[in-house]
Amino acid sequence: MLGPSLAVSAILFTIGVTGVLLRRNAIVLFMCVELMLNAVNLTFVALARNLGLDGQVFVFFVMTVAAAEAAVGLAIIISLYRHRDTVNLEHINLLRG
Amino acid sequence: MYGIVFGAASIIAIVSAILCVTRRSPVASALWLVSVMFQLAVLYVLLDAQFLAAVQVLVYAGAIMVLFLFVIMLLNIGRPGPSDMKGALGRVAGIVVGLIVLAELIGLRQVRLPRGGSLPDGTIARMVEQQGPLHAVATPLFQQYLIPFEITSVMLLAALVGGVVLAKRRID
Repeated sequence: MLGPSLAVSAILFTIGVTGVLLRRNAIVLFMCVELMLNAVNLTFVALARNLGLDGQVFVFFVMTVAAAEAAVGLAIIISLYRHRDTVNLEHINLLRG
Repeated sequence: MYGIVFGAASIIAIVSAILCVTRRSPVASALWLVSVMFQLAVLYVLLDAQFLAAVQVLVYAGAIMVLFLFVIMLLNIGRPGPSDMKGALGRVAGIVVGLIVLAELIGLRQVRLPRGGSLPDGTIARMVEQQGPLHAVATPLFQQYLIPFEITSVMLLAALVGGVVLAKRRID
């Protein structure tokens, strides 16, 4: 089941990348990043069957980092919303050249 | 049976992911993402990672997605407003880049696993059966990866402090 798992993982990752490129809502963008992290976790779990349990241990660390990232990222979005009253990234263009 | 469950979970996961990316309402997106995470938990069980499946449901589908929904409710942006999709040019560019990424990932099929390090089929399943799903993962986590595990706790503390400082309402 290694091949199909990696295929599903690749497709999910691609959907996540496309979502990040297509959407402008900062929260939905974050969800797409979570989707990509999940796709990578699936790769780790699938390869752990062939290469040992280290892959499963690594998924723990990825989940921890994802949890921390979600907490900090959503805090940033909240403070952004306080300043600009929007989470649409089109209106947050201070650094645009 | 195994193949049917695997295929069904994969298809539901992919369809849910597409719906998650395309729904206009952030709440609908979040709920479809929860569906993806549940299907991934099913796949983890099929891939001999029972404990990770439980953690996936608890941490991802439970904690992280509740955090997302909580922020959506807090900012009161749950209603589907005007579409936040990019314009026609941005859409085409996004889909083209997505297809290129997929093609690159498919190109990775050429990579072969190292022959020497590859375990025979069913090794992990046997380990899980003998030691229990928790013990099999806990042993490397608390022996070989003890220092990364401890560093993770420092990172969580930093994230906790950072989250409070960033989201705190400043009193003028």
